[in-house]
Amino acid sequence: MKLYKLMLAGAGALSLTLTANTVNAQKKYDDGASDTEIRIGNTNPYSGPASAYGQIGKAIEAYFKMINDKGGINGRKINFITYDDGYAPPKTVEMVRKLVEEDKVLFVYQTLGTPPNTAIHKYLNGKKVPQLFVATGASVWGKPTEFPWTMGWQPDYQTEGVIYAKHILANVKDAKIAVLMQNDDYGRDYFNGFKQGLGKDANKIVQVATYEVADPTVDSQIIALKNSGANAFFNITTPKFAAQAIKKAAEIGWKPAHYLNNVSSSVGAVMKPAGFDAGQGILTASYIKDPTDHQWDKDADMVAWNAFMDKYYPGGDKKSTFPAYAYAVTSTVVEVLKRAGDDLTRANIMKQAASLKGFENPLLLPGIKINTSATDFYPIQSVQLARFKGETFELFGSILSGEAE
Amino acid sequence: MATTASTSSTVADTATGFAWRYRYWLLLVVLPVLLIAAGKAGYISNFQFLQLSLMIVYSIAVLGLILLTGFNGQISLGHGAFFAVGAYTAAIMIDQAGWPFWATLPVAALVCFIVGYLFGLPALRLEGHYLALATFALAVAVPQILKYKHIEPLTRGVMGINVFKSDPPFGLPLSTDQWMFLVVLALAALMFWIARNLLDSRTGRALVAIRDHSMAASTMGINVSHYKAVMFGISALYTGLAGAMHGIIFEFVSPDSFRFELSIAILVGAVVGGIASLPGAIIGGVFVQVIEKYADALTRKISAAVHLPLELEPWLIYGVALIILMYTMPMGIAGGMAALWRRLKRS
Repeated sequence: MKLYKLMLAGAGALSLTLTANTVNAQKKYDDGASDTEIRIGNTNPYSGPASAYGQIGKAIEAYFKMINDKGGINGRKINFITYDDGYAPPKTVEMVRKLVEEDKVLFVYQTLGTPPNTAIHKYLNGKKVPQLFVATGASVWGKPTEFPWTMGWQPDYQTEGVIYAKHILANVKDAKIAVLMQNDDYGRDYFNGFKQGLGKDANKIVQVATYEVADPTVDSQIIALKNSGANAFFNITTPKFAAQAIKKAAEIGWKPAHYLNNVSSSVGAVMKPAGFDAGQGILTASYIKDPTDHQWDKDADMVAWNAFMDKYYPGGDKKSTFPAYAYAVTSTVVEVLKRAGDDLTRANIMKQAASLKGFENPLLLPGIKINTSATDFYPIQSVQLARFKGETFELFGSILSGEAE
Repeated sequence: MATTASTSSTVADTATGFAWRYRYWLLLVVLPVLLIAAGKAGYISNFQFLQLSLMIVYSIAVLGLILLTGFNGQISLGHGAFFAVGAYTAAIMIDQAGWPFWATLPVAALVCFIVGYLFGLPALRLEGHYLALATFALAVAVPQILKYKHIEPLTRGVMGINVFKSDPPFGLPLSTDQWMFLVVLALAALMFWIARNLLDSRTGRALVAIRDHSMAASTMGINVSHYKAVMFGISALYTGLAGAMHGIIFEFVSPDSFRFELSIAILVGAVVGGIASLPGAIIGGVFVQVIEKYADALTRKISAAVHLPLELEPWLIYGVALIILMYTMPMGIAGGMAALWRRLKRS
């Protein structure tokens, strides 16, 4: 018996050293990875009409600085290279080619916006460079068979659209619906989901107005929508235009049941500039803990986030969800890199990103976990509705998942 | 002994004479060979080849405007529109019909010539500022037209078209960007050669005469309106061809690529380079690509380097550079260099 145990221990030790050796021998690198560094590329709108989102890029940069101060990931420092694309697709194309061909990044991460990401979608998949956790919720990012190198992160726009549609049908009597949308695939994706959710009631949409992202205001659109006599309003706009729409609707005394898309549900960047009075009662869908919601004041994630903001991003707006979003999504990518270990190839990055099972990501609402697989490239698929009251969004109802189809 | 020395010196003379006579053509062969060699050795990345190609493309576009404004006296604030028409013509043919890129170039050139000629006809009634305004309206309208709902199946609306450039033929050991650089360079050489011959011809003298004094030109029997409209077409052809090449090497076109700022950039490139000079077009093209696109990054680098207490606006450097240039070299960089050269020679 004793001999048997000894032999077992010996065999165990032997196998341990063996595995340790094989792990050591298995260091594999693609462009952008080495023993000391992992290079990650990004574009963000630091200027232009969507510059409110620029906080996301800055907060990601700050987060990686924090990671590096703590010793990096598996001993490697993160070199995060981010360029301004002004939310203009041609600029994104140029900057991403620079990232891939000149800076030689391992992968591209959190490039922001539906039109910019669409412009680089085929290029990156052709080059087999991961386009990881893009900062847009269009439903095209979750197609692993056609585009195995692209993955989204946030809940997709279509699902969100379905949720609002169902809420309107259940809660607004004799609904007459007005829609304001950005004229691109981001707007269309939300709108398609919304129509899908309305189903046979799609004729309740009485007016649709669009705007171009280069437009100065949406004032005239809001006036036209009010004149349609609508009593429900689906607001598919990016932050600058969302604030304008909320403000203008209040100014001209239009008080529909107002549904604001998640991508503009930032207190600091939208509700505050629009005026808190103007925004009372607005509904949105959330999946991230809002920093202005006092129920999270003692929450461990939120405390950590506040400490991070104070130390690494003191210029950031702590009333905005955008730095919180950046913190949450970067936690996911750090987890992926940790799991990738010493096999820092592009294929392994995608493989690890596609095998997150029930990952408890910081700052996500309780009950929302990250799940991916080789066939499921939608990491987050749940949201909870929230209503603007006072100076924050108050959550209500239960977690909603998989409402589409 | 003495005779052999003299013969060899004559041979050398003829060789240098030959080299001097064909210096531009020689440069055109030596330069790309050196650059490609540097690229092979890893000193120039594919992205930098793309940048070089874009400079050349913008040079062709600026050349189009220089022919129109510098040599024919017609002002255009709307050449971005022709650039867009060329780019979309090429992109749509590649995207929808699967044409090889080179086959789209003559079509894009023809389409742009026709569009330019037709636009030039009524615009002839407009002189000076009015013409400038009409062309400006064109530049503002084109991005909107490209987003128009009913042509979306062709243009793919606001999301733009991804174009895929073809790999080098005959299995040449070049990267796609290196190959495209050679193509663009050859095209530019051809277009500059045509422009020079055009200006040296009877037609060219007529064009300049119209610029200098159109009434006098018409009394000498020059059909002013005909020449002006044709020149508008040729100018649009040049810029449109540049646009087509831009779409092909950049692999992407969208309405946002051709906002009216592009028209202004081409005009600024022409003025900065030297409005009535062919070499000025090359300088202008480099200016459009480098300064326009990197003024922003440059500003940030400078303010970070000298630790300025205030944040500089991105366009500050661009503006200041432009003002200084205009005051010190009113004839553009090419004109300024020529003047400097003359002064040095005299002293």
